[in-house]
Amino acid sequence: MSALLGRLSLDVFPIHEPILVATFAGVALGGITLISVLTYFQLWGYLWREWFTTIDHKRIGIMYIVMAFVMLFRGFTDAMLMRAQQVVAFGGSEGFLPPHHYDQVFTAHGVIMIFFVAMPFVTGLMNFAVPLQIGARDVSFPFLNNFSFWMTVVGALLMNTSLFVGEFAGAGWLAYPPLSGIDYSPDVGIDYYIWALQIAGIGTLLSGVNLIVTIIKLRAPGMTMMKMPIFVWTALCTNVLIVAAFPILTVVLALLSLDRYAGTHFFTNDMGGNAMMYINLIWIWGHPEVYILILPLFGVFSEVTATFSGKKIFGYTSMVYATVVITILSYLVWLHHFFTMGSGASVNSFFGITTMIISIPTGAKIFNWLFTLYRGRIRFELPMMWTLAFMITFVIGGMTGVLLAVPPADFVLHNSLFLVAHFHNVIIGGVVFGTFAGISYWFPKAFGFKLDFFWGKMSFWFWVVGFYLAFMPLYVLGLMGVTRRLRQFDDPSLQIWFVIAAIGAACIAIGILSFGIQVFVSIRRRNELRDHSGDPWDGRTLEWSTASPPPTYNFAFTPVVHETDAWWDMKQRGFRRPATGFNAIHMPRNTPAGLLLAAVAGVFGFAVVWHIWWLAGLSFSIVIAGAIFHTFNYDRDFQIEAKVVGHTEDARTQELAQFPA
Amino acid sequence: MTYTKMPATNLSGSDSSAIEFVQLEAHEHPPGASTLLGFWIYLMSDCLLFAALFATFGVLGASYAGGPTPKEVFELPLVAVNTSMLLLSSITYGFAMLATHQQRIARTQFWLIITALFGAAFVGIELYEFAHLIQDGATPQRSAFLSAFFTLVATHGLHVTVGLIWMMTLMIQVGRGGLNLANVRRLTCLSMFWHFLDVIWICVFTFVYLLGTLR
Repeated sequence: MSALLGRLSLDVFPIHEPILVATFAGVALGGITLISVLTYFQLWGYLWREWFTTIDHKRIGIMYIVMAFVMLFRGFTDAMLMRAQQVVAFGGSEGFLPPHHYDQVFTAHGVIMIFFVAMPFVTGLMNFAVPLQIGARDVSFPFLNNFSFWMTVVGALLMNTSLFVGEFAGAGWLAYPPLSGIDYSPDVGIDYYIWALQIAGIGTLLSGVNLIVTIIKLRAPGMTMMKMPIFVWTALCTNVLIVAAFPILTVVLALLSLDRYAGTHFFTNDMGGNAMMYINLIWIWGHPEVYILILPLFGVFSEVTATFSGKKIFGYTSMVYATVVITILSYLVWLHHFFTMGSGASVNSFFGITTMIISIPTGAKIFNWLFTLYRGRIRFELPMMWTLAFMITFVIGGMTGVLLAVPPADFVLHNSLFLVAHFHNVIIGGVVFGTFAGISYWFPKAFGFKLDFFWGKMSFWFWVVGFYLAFMPLYVLGLMGVTRRLRQFDDPSLQIWFVIAAIGAACIAIGILSFGIQVFVSIRRRNELRDHSGDPWDGRTLEWSTASPPPTYNFAFTPVVHETDAWWDMKQRGFRRPATGFNAIHMPRNTPAGLLLAAVAGVFGFAVVWHIWWLAGLSFSIVIAGAIFHTFNYDRDFQIEAKVVGHTEDARTQELAQFPA
Repeated sequence: MTYTKMPATNLSGSDSSAIEFVQLEAHEHPPGASTLLGFWIYLMSDCLLFAALFATFGVLGASYAGGPTPKEVFELPLVAVNTSMLLLSSITYGFAMLATHQQRIARTQFWLIITALFGAAFVGIELYEFAHLIQDGATPQRSAFLSAFFTLVATHGLHVTVGLIWMMTLMIQVGRGGLNLANVRRLTCLSMFWHFLDVIWICVFTFVYLLGTLR
């Protein structure tokens, strides 16, 4: 321990681990190439002005999704490492990952996939689509939105720093004490975990508040609550869950850090501490969290099903109520994650029953989608394909979930690969498929051209087939009693299932690669794939009424809503877009404040992880002072002159005339 | 304007009243129109943060690990004085807001200073209490009960401290820009925050101190 560098020293760099050294070389090489390319093409100024400092919800949404893909790459690499390890670690072989490293790999995989892949995907989609769907010009607090995004990025960066400086947590993705306590995990891994999640969590919470207020306050005139698109409803419920759940995560991680840093006894084995308190609290956040992830994708599927069936959604009202019921019930089921804790039959029954009840509104949703398809004029575009794959896959995952909800069955299956298969079944089948549906659905809106269909199909089939190959064997293994997080196996008869699972993971790898190629090919073919109309799918909601990509201000004139599918209604009744008479539009100005504050918060996180107290104190003071300083700036808006709006809209008028639908 | 007003077609086809699909006049939201709602929602999330801490105290509050019990360490008269400081500060903040709505800058500033003094007294007394406890060996590290007690009460105290820093910032901003719309909005947010902390403290006083000494 030095006063200057805390726990940092030359020993903390993992130069003795060949895998990490090679990874570092790869990341460094990639980073240098990226920086060189950006510098060569002089893109820094553009990125800074147009993207990093932007307060435009559409661009922030896109940046969230880009970030999620970068992190998906990392998280998926961890998955491949585990799959490969479990294939070879048979018959006395130790595999290639030492135990301590393997622990970090499965922990990092979980943390990254949930916090830095799934969450940014969901937040990104909501950020992009919600204001457009309600006919708003931006979110309620545009600056806060930028700040939230950068806090998420900084959390991810801090977590990834652990790859090369020190180590990451090895206690599983929820860091259960007493294993995550200072006695059993004295190193920096858990501290990285805590501070990465605390920093990113602030971003998530603020973005939750932001989107709730946006939906409540900024809906277009006439859009009553029961006329909102289903995606907006699900976004509203998700953000309510975020605001109601993330404070609990903040508290439980703060208490764990007090145990680790200050020597308190919340979750320790001695002096009255109670580790089960941690497990209760973290699941009071954790169960709503899985609904935070899935609800917006339910919204995406609703939009996609209605659009590509050419019908309005079946059972709009029941869909809304189902969403709200799931929102409430998601708070009453947390204990099913640890039936084996020993709460007794009554408590377990209560939570088992509430868990099973959730399948009712979820089932209602599935039937609503099926009835929307029924007698629809279905178009099998990419978003629709992902939606159909979701319906089949998610039903399987839902049924294994109900199985796990039965406490006696859970005693057998707890912490087995059956559970691992179940939650991948619902998260990949629900969140990932939904994200791909959402991305292929809104991509033309975001960038002005569609995604290439052939490579989309490639990605789709490799993902779907890969998923079944990778996770169905885990159900089998789980039923045979294989527990999760194992690094080595004795029974050779199990090996074949791990081989199949690894082949599945390889298929998913091709699926991810195909998506990359799809984006690349689509950019090359963008002129052929161009969407001139702003409404490439014959859409139903307001985002399709404006240009693709939409202008900064989204809508030149505020739309007035009369029906649930507002844009469909406008088209049916022969709406023609006004081509003159534009007004000046009031918009917030870009600012680097969010990025800078988040960056200093990242320094603070790093300093606290490594016990560099002077730096922690300094950076913390800078964040506070910086935030206060920012409040002294009262002049944050500007006018887009009517003339400028007119120019933008005239260009669109010409484009529409040139390319009639 | 004619092109936005299309005849509405219904089944009978008899109704030809015009339906408006866009607003042709500029659609502006007054700046900060959503701030109060946003701040309310933030406060509710803060409330849940305290709820989790209360729950933790509820579970661990009797885990003395052979160490001191609430009856032995709590000094109710001191806490009662402390409580009155915070309650009085809520009243004086109310006076500040009354002055704000009458656009009386000097009076607002005066009541803000009084409020800040009460708030500072509260934090001071709390720190004195903590120092006293630690001196007697009732440290946060002594038992789960004390860990939970110190964390809950100190989190509240930290919130009050943040409120004090915020109040001083606002006094400077009101001094510079007067009671303009933005500053009134900020004062209103801080007002909600301050009263909210009062409510939390009433819960702390009841559930931690009063019920603790009855245990």
